[in-house]
Amino acid sequence: MVDIVENLRHDKMYQKARLQVIGMMLTYSVHGVIKADFDHDELVVLVQLDNLVDVLDFLKSHPFCQFEQLMDLCGVDYPHRSKRFDVVYNLLSVTLNQRVRVIVHTDEAIPVPSVHHLWKSATWWERECYDMFGVLFSGQPDLRRILTDYGFDGHPLRKDFPVTGYVEVRFDADQNKVVYEPVHLVQEMRDFDFDSPWEGVVTLPGDEKIHEKRQNIKPYII
Amino acid sequence: MNKNVNRKSDPDQIYWNQETLPPGSEQDAVIKGITGTISNKGFVVAKLDQLINWGRTGSLWPMTFGLACCAVEMIHAYMPRYDLDRMGVVPMGSPRQADVMLVAGTVTNKMAPALRRLYDQMSEPRWVLSMGSCANGGGYYHYSYSVVRGCDRIVPVDIYVPGCPPTAEALIYGIMLLKKKIKRTGTILRG
Repeated sequence: MVDIVENLRHDKMYQKARLQVIGMMLTYSVHGVIKADFDHDELVVLVQLDNLVDVLDFLKSHPFCQFEQLMDLCGVDYPHRSKRFDVVYNLLSVTLNQRVRVIVHTDEAIPVPSVHHLWKSATWWERECYDMFGVLFSGQPDLRRILTDYGFDGHPLRKDFPVTGYVEVRFDADQNKVVYEPVHLVQEMRDFDFDSPWEGVVTLPGDEKIHEKRQNIKPYII
Repeated sequence: MNKNVNRKSDPDQIYWNQETLPPGSEQDAVIKGITGTISNKGFVVAKLDQLINWGRTGSLWPMTFGLACCAVEMIHAYMPRYDLDRMGVVPMGSPRQADVMLVAGTVTNKMAPALRRLYDQMSEPRWVLSMGSCANGGGYYHYSYSVVRGCDRIVPVDIYVPGCPPTAEALIYGIMLLKKKIKRTGTILRG
């Protein structure tokens, strides 16, 4: 009997059904969940900021969830939105072999509650998110920059941050040290990548069907 | 060229530190000449600066400065297939014992002061070999906010090895060119 249950646990269909049940539980019985739906067979949960810690605690401790690992915590910048940042939590359950993605919206001023007491690894991720986007995390005891240069100004992954930055370094023989100077580019950056899928999708005549089928992209003809 | 051959075939003149000789009669003649001189007189005469350059090029100890993916190709060059050790190129962990700095990879703004400090800690004579596009001129990250646009902004570079990353053969060729440069320009004068 135990063997049957064990085998069932590793069955693909059973795992998917369990993830759907988790989605239903989150939608109907957990306070603060805006929506929980499937995208490419992955459960994506949008959560209100005030209830974030409660929802993540539920996902970590409930026997159906057991998301004991925080794989990643990252930011996304949508500059046109009033709450411009997404903070994304990717959770993994090794015990039940399942993953979930939790998303909250925030902006430059509203701090996101820190989850370092749930997963210790969160500290480095939160520092990275603060460094790259300037998202604040309340309750985080060590909110310093982690990747950028000492005394770096700005948050480089924000869309309004210039890709070449503001300063560059060189060794100054007179002062005998590495000095910072305003960026001077001999040649401006040029972008010739007109066909990049991020720059603008162009469907060539005759390719409409294959685009729709393969990439799930609606035909868009210039 | 003709003159060179004549000088090499001259048994009294031994030129053993100029150009690499291919295996064959010419190389045999040089070895025969040296062994002959040693067995006859018990010593060989050589120019001091050439002798010192021979020593320097024969044990060119690089400081391992692997910063990115180029470091993997650098490691390949040390591994048994190419085996830089057989050329006297033995990796050194400390800048104090190193002769040459192999800048293998992307130099970031944060790394730049450390790179310069390690260069300053190397004892003279010292050389720098810049490996790969990023170290040569910023490469893929030329327009990035956090990358130095070429490690020659921080340290003086002797040899640039192009490639992204350069193959292990390319790195070895760069080291051979550096040896050539040392033989050509090396001096015992202190600057």
